[in-house]
Amino acid sequence: MTATLEVRNVSKTFESDNGDRIQALAPANLGVKQGEFLSIIGPSGCGKSTLFNIIGGMIPPDSGEVIVNGVSVSGPHKDIGMVFQEESTFPWRTVLDNVAFSLEVAGMEKKERLEKARHFVELVGLTGFEHHFPHQLSGGMRQRTAIARTLASEPRILLMDEPFGALDEQTRLLLGDKLLKICDALKQTTMLITHNITEAVQLSDRVAVMSYRPGTIMRTIDIELPRPRDSELISTDKFAAYVGQIWEDLRTEADRGMKAVGEA
Amino acid sequence: MTHAEPHQKQRLAFVLWGPRTAGLLVLLFLGLILEVLVASGIADPSIVAAPSEMLMSLERLFTKDNLGAAFLITLAQALSATLLAMLIGLPLGWTLFRYEVLGRAYRGWLAAMFAAPLVLLYPLFLVIIGRNYGTTITMGVITGSIPVALYTCEALHKVSPTLLKVGAAFNLTAKQTFTLIQVPAAVPDAFTGIRLGLIYALVNIIGIEFLIDFGGLGRVVSTMFFRYDIPGMYAAIFFIILISLLFLTVLKKVERWLRPV
Ligand SMILES: Nc1ncnc2c1ncn2[C@@H]1O[C@H](COP(=O)(O)OP(=O)(O)O)[C@@H](O)[C@H]1O
Ligand SMILES: [Mg+2]
Repeated sequence: MTATLEVRNVSKTFESDNGDRIQALAPANLGVKQGEFLSIIGPSGCGKSTLFNIIGGMIPPDSGEVIVNGVSVSGPHKDIGMVFQEESTFPWRTVLDNVAFSLEVAGMEKKERLEKARHFVELVGLTGFEHHFPHQLSGGMRQRTAIARTLASEPRILLMDEPFGALDEQTRLLLGDKLLKICDALKQTTMLITHNITEAVQLSDRVAVMSYRPGTIMRTIDIELPRPRDSELISTDKFAAYVGQIWEDLRTEADRGMKAVGEA
Repeated sequence: MTHAEPHQKQRLAFVLWGPRTAGLLVLLFLGLILEVLVASGIADPSIVAAPSEMLMSLERLFTKDNLGAAFLITLAQALSATLLAMLIGLPLGWTLFRYEVLGRAYRGWLAAMFAAPLVLLYPLFLVIIGRNYGTTITMGVITGSIPVALYTCEALHKVSPTLLKVGAAFNLTAKQTFTLIQVPAAVPDAFTGIRLGLIYALVNIIGIEFLIDFGGLGRVVSTMFFRYDIPGMYAAIFFIILISLLFLTVLKKVERWLRPV
């Protein structure tokens, strides 16, 4: 079964309450191959979350289409699993019940779904915290709970919007390692949105660089680093070369972003 | 670091107990002043009762005037009024949330009613229903259901859009989204409305009981008043305040449990 994702000429303009129009996305094109790990990197405010929400069917695009496995879709698709940038765990559910959520909705037997949920809790390294509530966990642990909850629904395409955005660098690198292992094990098609260059190079087969508003995909870079990888990779020359290359592309865009914010 | 710990513990204890102890001490001090004023004849004992006398009347109220039973009567009314207020307020709050036009049209009215002294409506019900529990409970239900509806509506509006997106991403039906996300997410804020509803019902029921000289705690106050039993009247009021405080504390505890930090 293939799980490919294609974004064709997708654009979006928001209108604020006072009538200002903000073009968040200029027609953007992008394809993700079966089993590929693609990162989208861009300065903040460039329309990454907008693209993420359009692909996940949360908001409709103004033009263009999202194609999953060759079929144009509108609205949420059952093959797509989403991990959101904002706090998204259910505060009234324990870690285990959060992770088992989609299984419960699907009507799976309690014993079976908790067993399965336990497996995903272990996968994200939260064993021992099954019966904790989100408010008893750190931000990183909550985000891992959210990731496990999405993974438990076994989506063929995994979309993540800056899942480690709020975390410190050390935690982020360790979670990156965990994510690498998980993706190697599950082999699903993955699209990760990030503003972190190291993270993008560490995890991806390919990195797509986005321009500042209106956001569009400027170019994609193949990351030809051997797999399996871990965070030790980041001290190699080849890794540094990729980071340098992406920063070169991003610098001008980030600069434009800073200037735009300065003017506003 | 270790030698600093006991000091910190002491500070913590002070922070936790300090305000309460201070509050209690101020209360005791004011009581003492009142006692002295009444004893010295400066304060007229036919208007204010000496705190000592008031406290001693409490026992008499329980043994002779059935204050215990009066409490149970008021409690039963307040609880049934709150239950009915929930049966009305929860669906009403949901309706105002679900149908935006209705919400925009009526939330303001409801908020205005929340601030109005609805107790003044009692003669109307006294005429329609009569001098019985129907009137007291109806007044409790009316005043109690307003905060329940307002807070329920508010709570549903406040549900995190991200959580709703999670539901959409998992392809939940509208019904599943409601029962699995909106309801549990709204519970803590809706409970604040229920707590206020209970307090409003209690206050109004006691007030009406006093005004129509019927029922539980309010009637005891009114009986004492008509009997010119000033210490007894203050004792009954004092007891009502204690009961209200107890209610408030318990409800706050439940609320904190529902909304862990
Ligand atoms: N619902 C919305 N209404 C109005 N403007 C929006 C909305 N969502 C996003 N925007 C604007 O679109 C731009 C891109 O936002 P976003 O996609 O969240 O950027 P990113 O995720 O890359 O930081 C920003 O300028 C943001 O203010
Ligand atoms: Mg974003």
